[in-house]
Amino acid sequence: MKRILIALTLITAVFASATCTRRGGNCADPGGTIKIGVYGDLTGQTSSFGQSTKNGSQMAADEINAAGGINGRQVQLIHEDDQGEPGKAATVVTKLINQDQVRALIGEVASSNSLAAAPHAQEAKVPMISPSSTNPKVTQVGDYIFRVCFIDPFQGEVMAKFAANSLKAKKAAILFDSNSDYSKGLVQFFKAAFTKLGGEIVTEKAYAQRDRDFTGQLTAIRDLKPDVIYVPGYYQEVGVIAKQTKQLGITAPLLGGDGWDSPQLWDLGGDSLNGSFISNHYSVDDPTPVIQDFVKRFKAKYNGTAPDALAALGYDAMMVLADSIKRANGTECAALRNAIATTRDFKGITGIISLNEERNAVKSAVVLELRNKQFVYKETIAP
Amino acid sequence: MDTFVQQLINGLNIGAIYALIALGYTMVYGILRLINFAHGDIYMVGAFAGYFIALKLGLGPSWGGLLFVLIGSMVVAALVGMAMERLAYRPVRKYARMTSLITAIGVSLLLENLFVALFGGQGRGFPQLINDTNFALFGNAAISKSQILIFAVSIALMVILQWIIFKTKVGTAMRAVSFNLNSAKLMGINTDAIIMFTFALGSALAAAGGVLTAQYSPTIDPLMGITTGLKAFVAAVLGGIGNIPGAVLGGLLIGVAETMVVGYGSNIGIQSTYRDAVAFAILILVLLIRPSGILGTTVQEKV
Amino acid sequence: MRVPRKLGFTENMISFVKRFLIALIIIAVLYALNLAMSKTGLFGFGVPLYQVDLWKMAGINIILAVSLNLINGFTGQFSIGHIGFMAVGAYSSTFMTVYYTQGLEQWLAGMVGASVAAAIVFALVIIIGALAAALAGLIVGIPTLRLRGDYLAIATLGFAEIIRIVITNMNKVGGATGFRGCVDPITNITCSDPSLGRLTIPAYTNFFWIGFLAVITIVVIYNIVNSDMGRALISIREDELAAQAMGVNTTRYKVTSFVISSAFAGVAGALYGHWRLPHPNDFTFVRSFEIIIMIVLGGMGSITGAVLGALVITFVPEVLRMLPGGVYNYRLVIYALMLIIIMITRPQGILGNYEIASWLKRARKRPEGGGAIGGSTGAPIAEQSDSTKKSAKELENR
Repeated sequence: MKRILIALTLITAVFASATCTRRGGNCADPGGTIKIGVYGDLTGQTSSFGQSTKNGSQMAADEINAAGGINGRQVQLIHEDDQGEPGKAATVVTKLINQDQVRALIGEVASSNSLAAAPHAQEAKVPMISPSSTNPKVTQVGDYIFRVCFIDPFQGEVMAKFAANSLKAKKAAILFDSNSDYSKGLVQFFKAAFTKLGGEIVTEKAYAQRDRDFTGQLTAIRDLKPDVIYVPGYYQEVGVIAKQTKQLGITAPLLGGDGWDSPQLWDLGGDSLNGSFISNHYSVDDPTPVIQDFVKRFKAKYNGTAPDALAALGYDAMMVLADSIKRANGTECAALRNAIATTRDFKGITGIISLNEERNAVKSAVVLELRNKQFVYKETIAP
Repeated sequence: MDTFVQQLINGLNIGAIYALIALGYTMVYGILRLINFAHGDIYMVGAFAGYFIALKLGLGPSWGGLLFVLIGSMVVAALVGMAMERLAYRPVRKYARMTSLITAIGVSLLLENLFVALFGGQGRGFPQLINDTNFALFGNAAISKSQILIFAVSIALMVILQWIIFKTKVGTAMRAVSFNLNSAKLMGINTDAIIMFTFALGSALAAAGGVLTAQYSPTIDPLMGITTGLKAFVAAVLGGIGNIPGAVLGGLLIGVAETMVVGYGSNIGIQSTYRDAVAFAILILVLLIRPSGILGTTVQEKV
Repeated sequence: MRVPRKLGFTENMISFVKRFLIALIIIAVLYALNLAMSKTGLFGFGVPLYQVDLWKMAGINIILAVSLNLINGFTGQFSIGHIGFMAVGAYSSTFMTVYYTQGLEQWLAGMVGASVAAAIVFALVIIIGALAAALAGLIVGIPTLRLRGDYLAIATLGFAEIIRIVITNMNKVGGATGFRGCVDPITNITCSDPSLGRLTIPAYTNFFWIGFLAVITIVVIYNIVNSDMGRALISIREDELAAQAMGVNTTRYKVTSFVISSAFAGVAGALYGHWRLPHPNDFTFVRSFEIIIMIVLGGMGSITGAVLGALVITFVPEVLRMLPGGVYNYRLVIYALMLIIIMITRPQGILGNYEIASWLKRARKRPEGGGAIGGSTGAPIAEQSDSTKKSAKELENR
């Protein structure tokens, strides 16, 4: 009898869970509070990315609500954690769309995760704005996918130009992350631009995410005596790479991309990072009043933490979205999509944002030098 | 030539860490015939323990500080290992082997997820307890202080382990238990205590490995034990599971093979990303040719 | 044991009609469920779309668990490499879909319509996935099945990891970044030129396919277990040497069951690949552990146990997602704790060696019931004590 009871309870539980309300999923604006889903890596390997985006977008939403909302409607952000894994990103976005019935999505930072999630947003016709996925493929998923940052062909070119022109480098070695679309994309564009400028790529070595020992690759690179080493990875590995580079007595500067931008980088790499350069979306040292005002507000809200580029982009993504909802006068999916697509000359923190035909933002990039635990502004390179 | 020597040093260095962890696998297997899948996570626990000790005491680079962190983390890991044995493994010891194995997987998941929940999944920079400098050998080849440290400490620990097992009473008891648990019990040996001691010993060695790695590549995260643990386990099987010199040999062999593939593989068309496959390829070859591992049958002492 | 009896023509016909009707009913039910899980729903009612994904995953996990149970539970050969064969199935089938079936599908679509053409092509690539996985199973199985116990486990784990790392290094299928569509051979990133292959892997998989193949898997494994071969396999599990002495060709049976088990893992992979897009990180040894946990939890050597285990392991972590804020972060800790506690308190799994039907029957006839290996007859209680005895013996023998 006991067993039959257990079995019956199990079966009822399963069926009870399956008879919840049907999802909305339709395009019409339900009115009331505007729900927006923000997904990112909050606890995984690159959690500093997700946390920054969360803080930035939440600050934007709070400011919007404090100012009376969008056309009088309040904004509610629903944050979900995908642990930095593509598969989980897809699951989490499905949940946000169908369970929470969000009207728009903000995310992800890493291109691989955005690529995994984007098809679901596209299929459900829920506009998705990636704050900082730079791989070109992301917005090619469909016409509901946007981004407010520049793309890798530009970022790769910026660093190639900087290496060839400002650092007068002739020989470059590449050490890249074979697990990430972002890293592979940057390698491709850097290589093309650098060889076009008369430089030579002496070797390309790969590593896997979570690797902790890079001495094998670096020793092989050391033999070829490159002028610069391009390491377009994420901060988690880059910190260790920097340390082991110095351990092996390599003096060539390391070059990187926006994947390095995290306060954590300094804990991992320390002084061995000095003399490296990265391309990035904005600099916290930029004296422009808009930026300095933003930095001040952000520090006041989050216990003195300075906003990194991802926080600024998260803020911008939310603000672009709010502006579009205002112009579309609601969240009816096609109208909202069209409003986002026609964003022109929006004055964001990370620059003036205009979305082009491919739904990418056209913006300038900055080159920063790493010196004594600081990203020091070096130069701005326009598209 | 100097490049080759450099790669050899790099390889032996990782190999020494694998060896330290492999010792724990091999000792537990020798006694319980249990593949303790949670052992890689003990290595992680050790690294975290060292991290918090160094952070709480605000330790800077000093030999005393390093020694303190090393011993502190070994003690913490030993306690965790003993708790794990007492709470999870002992209750299932009387059941089928499969049950123990699943329990080990459960403990591994528990440690990983607990640490992710408590501290987040992101990596943390481990405080540097030595001023890392290089010593030139010849040509381009150099050895860093942290590398010398890894060699010195791991050799010292292995010598101590050998002494415990062969020269002390408790070591004799361990050997007796590994030889035959029930007979050992009949001889009046407190087998439960000996098993617990074995876990403590293995865990302490893994923790030392964790702290040493963190000096060399200064980042730790809750999932750091998965791959490293698996490779160390492979090293233990490679050398002959249950066999102590075998575990050391297996660890060094895998470390060197891996580094050589990364360094020279591209000359024969093997990408550096094949590195993780090397350990398994060697393992399978050895298992097929000599299933008991390299030193498996020739040396009888099993602990 | 039931003695097979020769059936007359009418009885044969009746049994055939009965089976045919059952098959029809199952297909109808699956079709209705598939509608209920689709966007339009069945008569406007349906499963919330968020849960649909879970049901699909549950179906795939059932295929994996039931097929692994053939080799681990019934043959007693401890393999931890099941996920490797799933990876082979996933990648080989999607590889065919992306690079080779586009023309075929268009040609068929002209004759039988687009949806039927897609179904035919999908069936074809599932078969290819299964065959590729079976071949991989054969290659891995012949050398490794000579090994025993832990060594076999380690070798299968090693092979699965090698399979994953080789895939990680194959640029043609997207390498470490996962397979989403055709890959440009020059730049090694996803291509934009449709003449090279499909730009995205079509999402053929729906609940009907998963459910249908899960039923097929269960039926096939059930029939194997209750055949002569099944008895041979169980004899190998109980005592390999004795089985050999009785004239059972143990190597052949072990390899055969390993290959069959791998083929079904390949089917699961093909279904997964045309739904979630395969990524090397989906096929790590941690996932192999997960499948083993399913069968151990449900009860080794029980088909319905494997099904139950697959359902529990799929749904429990998601149900734990509903926990309130503070506890939410600890959901996976709770999951791991539950696993350990179950192992300590109920080491034989939820059902032990029983099938659900006999397990329920046992509830009525308390002291001893007609439990079964694979549902027919047998002596499950003896089996249980056997394994404990065995482990005790092992301890003694050292």
